Amino acid sequence: MTSKGPAVCVGPDIDTDLVIAGRYLRTKDHSVWVEHVFEDLDPSLAPLLEGSVIVAGKNFGCGSSREQAAVAIREAGVVAVVAPSFARIFFRNAINVGLPLIECDLTCTEGCLVTFDLSEGWVEAEGKRHSIHPLSPRMQAILSAGGLVEYWRNQR
Amino acid sequence: MATLSERILGGNAGEYVDRKVDRAYVHDGTGVLTLEAWKRIGSERLTDTTRLSMLFDHIVPANNSTTATLQHELREFARGSFMHFSDVGCGICHQIMSEGLVLPGEVVVGADSHSCTLGAFGAFSTGVGATDMAAIWLTGETWFRVPETIGIHLSGKFSGAAEAKDLALTYVSRLGMDGATYKALEFTGDGVLGLSMDDRLVLSNLSVETGAKAGLFYADDVTVQYLARAGQMVQPQVPEPCSYAQELTIDLSEIVPLVAVPHRVDTVKPVREIAGLPLDQVFVGTCTNGRYSDLARFARIVKGKSVAVRTIVVPASKAVLAEAIRTGVLTDLVDAGCTIGTPGCGPCLGAHSGVLGEGEVCLSTANRNFKNRMGVGAAIYLGSVATAAASALEGEITEPEVN
Repeated sequence: MTSKGPAVCVGPDIDTDLVIAGRYLRTKDHSVWVEHVFEDLDPSLAPLLEGSVIVAGKNFGCGSSREQAAVAIREAGVVAVVAPSFARIFFRNAINVGLPLIECDLTCTEGCLVTFDLSEGWVEAEGKRHSIHPLSPRMQAILSAGGLVEYWRNQR
Repeated sequence: MATLSERILGGNAGEYVDRKVDRAYVHDGTGVLTLEAWKRIGSERLTDTTRLSMLFDHIVPANNSTTATLQHELREFARGSFMHFSDVGCGICHQIMSEGLVLPGEVVVGADSHSCTLGAFGAFSTGVGATDMAAIWLTGETWFRVPETIGIHLSGKFSGAAEAKDLALTYVSRLGMDGATYKALEFTGDGVLGLSMDDRLVLSNLSVETGAKAGLFYADDVTVQYLARAGQMVQPQVPEPCSYAQELTIDLSEIVPLVAVPHRVDTVKPVREIAGLPLDQVFVGTCTNGRYSDLARFARIVKGKSVAVRTIVVPASKAVLAEAIRTGVLTDLVDAGCTIGTPGCGPCLGAHSGVLGEGEVCLSTANRNFKNRMGVGAAIYLGSVATAAASALEGEITEPEVN
């Protein structure tokens, strides 16, 4: 299935403290994380996220294991995150909460349309199509289920 | 011929394996989402709870009624499930696990990025998020991609005022913040022989700051004797020839006191280059440098003097605090003007008990100096215990004197 959204560009080595700061973690209310997502990186980003594709530099999601970072991005309405590499805990967390990640070194301008198809294995921006490093079969199964909770609910 | 990670996980680098988890732990922060995810899976099933731990360390004691209510729910669940539970004041999860709960060759998973700390014992120990942990609570297993390994070969001995933290900052700066992403680090060479367990825990602790999945040492006589004191009888692990994806060689005698400057752990400078930078706070503690040997080293330097800046010391565990009381280290710290916090993570994650004000500067013995981490608009410099002590006495970043 093809998905698309306008690019919201961020730099390399974005740590999960910058995605959602430690001072907002002590709650089960996900709307708090959506309200403050990327606040310490750039407070003007949050309103742009609904329906967007985040296009990041290398090592996106490094640092703390806080899963609230992946949940905040997903619940802000982000369609997918594209980066040349992801920190490994964030990688697992994102797939586990049903947020698609695309490993690709994509250069594009802010707001340009990013189109991708995970099952066909490509991402396209500014007229250039790139092939995607595929997820492992297990991760594909988890993402297809909608996340790890749903994956295990289906197994029961 | 395999790396230690390949031996423990039972596969070759690049393969995906499912492995039983020998030890799985959460803290008060990640435990909340883990419990939520486990409930959403909708199974009443919990794997063998003798392998599960819940340890409160992130905001201890609770800073407000919201946190207290979240902790209350977790505490009730942990007690009802009969998993190992460690309450407010007992200490940092990684530290308590290091006090005899993790053994060489085990597969250990913690819902915290610094779970890599326990690789110091020759275990494969790594961090995951809450939902992965919920699935481990359910099945007792998880999947791994067996990592390629970067060999870090150590030789020589520390000279001058350098210590394990300076060595850790050295390798982090050489590899960079993502130099070991998806890989493991393995520390080998003659230089390891002279490193105490506490030193090794510091080196394994920082491995995630290079993106590494784990940072391992082979269990040797030092490990065996340390664990014997904790009541655990284990055998050393014998290294076998293996091939590394990348190798790094570091001579310990060339290490000098370093600080990581804001806002990156891999951006380091010799202390002498930024000496004189005024400080508002010194923080000694965390899963990096809050052990008894750290408090004792700090106390040796400040004993009989007075700190010139507010100095917060947070023991990593109740055992560390108790030993510091017994030996008089705590008295020396208090007499020198230090403030002592509840065993736990302290202000490291910027949630309570020592957060910084806008424009303030802190020299911290922790492992992260990310933007705004300890307070919005504040700056964090990461350094060794000796650098922290020398700096506390002067109120500015100060090169430590030779031991």
